[in-house]
Amino acid sequence: MSDSGKRYAMTMDPRQCVGCNACVLACKAENNLPEHGFRDWIVTETRGSFPHLSQEIRSERCNHCSTAPCVSACPTGASHVNEGGTVLVSREKCTGCKACIAACPYDARYVHPEGFVDKCTFCLHRVREGKDPACVEVCPTTALAFGDLNDPESPVSRLLRQRKHRVLKPETGLKPNLFILED
Amino acid sequence: MSQVTRREFIKIGGAGAGVLAVGSGLGTHWWGLDEGQVPDPGTDGDHVVPTFCELCFWKCGILAHVKDGKVTKITGNPDHPLSRGRLCPRGTGGVGQLYDPDRLKQPLVRVSKRGGDRFEAVSWDTALNRVAEGMLAVRKKYGPEALGLFSHGYGGSWLKHLVKAYGSNNIAAPSYAQCRGPREVGYQLTFGQGVGSPETVDIENARCITLIGSHLGENMHNTQVQDMARAIAKGAQLVVVDPRFSTAAGKARYWLPIKPGTDIALLLAWMHVIVTEKRYDSAYIEKHAKGFAELEKHVQDKTPEWAYPITGIKPELIRESARFISSFKPASLIHPGRRTTWYGDDTQRARSMAILTALLGAWGRKGGYIQPGSMSVPAFPYTQYAYKPKEPADRPKSLYPLADETLASGLCDATIPGKAPYPLHGWLVYGTNLLQSLPNPKQTIAAIQKLDLMVVIDVLPVEVAGWADVVLPESTYLERCDELWAPSYKEPFIAVRQEVVKPMYDTKPGWWIARELGLRLGLKDYFPWKDSEEYVMARVKAAGLECETLKKTGVVKGKVVPVCEEEGLQLAFDTPSKKIELYSDALKALGFHPMPEYTPVEEPPAGMFRLLFGRAPAHTFGRTTNNRFLSTVFPENEVWINTKAARALPGFENRPLKTGDRVVLVNQDGVRSRPVRVKVTERIRGDAVYLYHGFGHSAKGLKHAYGRGASDSELITRYKTDPIMGGTGMNVNFVRVEPAPATASSKQVA
Repeated sequence: MSDSGKRYAMTMDPRQCVGCNACVLACKAENNLPEHGFRDWIVTETRGSFPHLSQEIRSERCNHCSTAPCVSACPTGASHVNEGGTVLVSREKCTGCKACIAACPYDARYVHPEGFVDKCTFCLHRVREGKDPACVEVCPTTALAFGDLNDPESPVSRLLRQRKHRVLKPETGLKPNLFILED
Repeated sequence: MSQVTRREFIKIGGAGAGVLAVGSGLGTHWWGLDEGQVPDPGTDGDHVVPTFCELCFWKCGILAHVKDGKVTKITGNPDHPLSRGRLCPRGTGGVGQLYDPDRLKQPLVRVSKRGGDRFEAVSWDTALNRVAEGMLAVRKKYGPEALGLFSHGYGGSWLKHLVKAYGSNNIAAPSYAQCRGPREVGYQLTFGQGVGSPETVDIENARCITLIGSHLGENMHNTQVQDMARAIAKGAQLVVVDPRFSTAAGKARYWLPIKPGTDIALLLAWMHVIVTEKRYDSAYIEKHAKGFAELEKHVQDKTPEWAYPITGIKPELIRESARFISSFKPASLIHPGRRTTWYGDDTQRARSMAILTALLGAWGRKGGYIQPGSMSVPAFPYTQYAYKPKEPADRPKSLYPLADETLASGLCDATIPGKAPYPLHGWLVYGTNLLQSLPNPKQTIAAIQKLDLMVVIDVLPVEVAGWADVVLPESTYLERCDELWAPSYKEPFIAVRQEVVKPMYDTKPGWWIARELGLRLGLKDYFPWKDSEEYVMARVKAAGLECETLKKTGVVKGKVVPVCEEEGLQLAFDTPSKKIELYSDALKALGFHPMPEYTPVEEPPAGMFRLLFGRAPAHTFGRTTNNRFLSTVFPENEVWINTKAARALPGFENRPLKTGDRVVLVNQDGVRSRPVRVKVTERIRGDAVYLYHGFGHSAKGLKHAYGRGASDSELITRYKTDPIMGGTGMNVNFVRVEPAPATASSKQVA
């Protein structure tokens, strides 16, 4: 196994994100996604009423949960855990039954027009070549970082040491690996 | 089965070395883990061509991946100072322009009456002969200056050269009088130079960034947004003055939801606080500025209490924000903005921002405005141009005395007889959809109807192309080599635009079109090169650089020079007094206020809203709204309307307006928009509505963009001209909101 104890994770800094969608489009181009297929997306949350407002903008994607419900929901073994804890779908094993879509609390998956379920791969094909995922590489605001949590010198390990952070939907207890940085 | 597997999985995942356990052979067998199988989407190119982007005019360095002759993706060039390997959403979307099925594919000649939008496909030879004959006829009948060129985009350099050689200097881009012109003049008057593009701002090192209506973050000028994010990461604070809670406002320490059109009053009150409380940089002002005593007197009565009823911003908030901004001086950047053509007093607003900048000691200082250098590339040794200086057609007599570029709106006006010393009779329109970029499209059409010759050179069948006699289909930026680019920037560089793939269809690059026309017009001596690459490489050689290196890397960087006082730069000001002019004798002599005055703007009539507009991150005006790739994230615009204001709207009593409903906007002159979806939001004042610009296309050839959203341009039937430089203030239109007719349908957007 090429896996040598890596645990991949991503951090997302809403302070820096402007919600421009560069991450979404770079992902679409890198992974040659179909027109209506998205592996990442922008969430804008505005609170308060005029003129007392606050806002958080996030770039979201599959959380690559350490206890991934999509994997256990998959009847064919198509959804699986791969290198560094990355949750992937094997296209040839996927029947498009959507059990994983129902199981995912983050709504991270969609059905590809060719019949299989598709989702974020952390761009493992790039990561294996030592590159960042396409969304991280393109981000003009440096709001995204990627790396190995088991490597204390990785960008994500550093950021998680330096900054307060949270995860999305912690109540599900799924140990997600997308961390939202806070002030 | 599923229950068991889930429990088992949690057990394994919950263990300390869970990931390793899952990665074992056992895991592979149980969980269908395909060891080592990571599908590669295969979008890396078999070769990669460095060039620079043209999705907007920032011109970031990109790497175009080409596989089997097709561009698969575009990424940022890590070596290019403007992209640093990162791109805005549009930058990744060049593929959507290149492979847009609606592109102009062959030369077209009009066969109906002008504007009838019926064309016949012809050969390039036929089309070019027709254009050359038309240009020769205009020159013979009226003189060469009766031909005007409207040009926006980097490929336009070749046509500018052609038109100058032909004998006219009536060359304009809407990016001046419809966009950044007032700003350039305001800073020029104060500091002796404008801020240019890329703007000479040191956002990255600013400790406080103040945006006056500028929506950086939605306006995605890549490097500026990168720098803003870097500054925020280092702890910089934002102060945002905007009637709308912009993306930047969402990150700001202070958001001042100002009443539209009253920014000068706020700026004067800020100066009042900073001057009376002695929070300005007194040593800097003493050393570099002229007119402080006059300024002190001028702002004496411009108290926050005076500004409150004008701006709607409470006095204590004005005081607090002024103190906050000045506490970071000199690294306190009052950002100059970009489209500054708002209310017709825009040069004076820019002056206010410039004077405030001077009080903060931020011009020529780290974290403020810097003085970057550029790499020197000798001009191509052309034969001297034929045109003789003649009174410009765009601003006759003493009109707009301080305009320092040609006014696109002025050339349009000059086409209607009686408005100028001599009318224009021919237009070449390169890369700018004048029916969306100039205000009052009906007036533009009236001017077009007076022309003897109307030629459009573009990539897409935009609205203005429908009014042409001849339409010349240009190749996209990925299919052509253009002029070199060596701007002033803190990291000076020279970048090259290269042909990534061969031109598709029967399209031709701008240089080829210009050259072929030049040969037909008897201007052979002005085109002593066989193609643009030969021209560009001659310049590269003259600059003492290696052609092969530049082709390989796309960019060569030059020597970094001191850009601010902190780095040893000696400040100098190219004003008449050689000082920063807080008080402008030049303005005084021309009969304008020597220091900015607030002049009230017209209020929206009862039941109407002021129409404001701006940019969406994924689009550059109407140039990209037909781009199917970019459209996947931003397919159409919405009209933003305040929640309370929406509830109070007449005509909607029985069905309160909610986000997603379709409405029609009707302006003060009765012009109706296409149906547009509503965004009911807390993020805007109740007296204004907001549209992202560039939507609502009426050109049927734009099959994707046609009918999506509403066009702000159609609703801008009025504008207020800046008497100082001729900018067209366009935030002076009012609309009411009506339910969309029940029959109104538009494309369903998934």
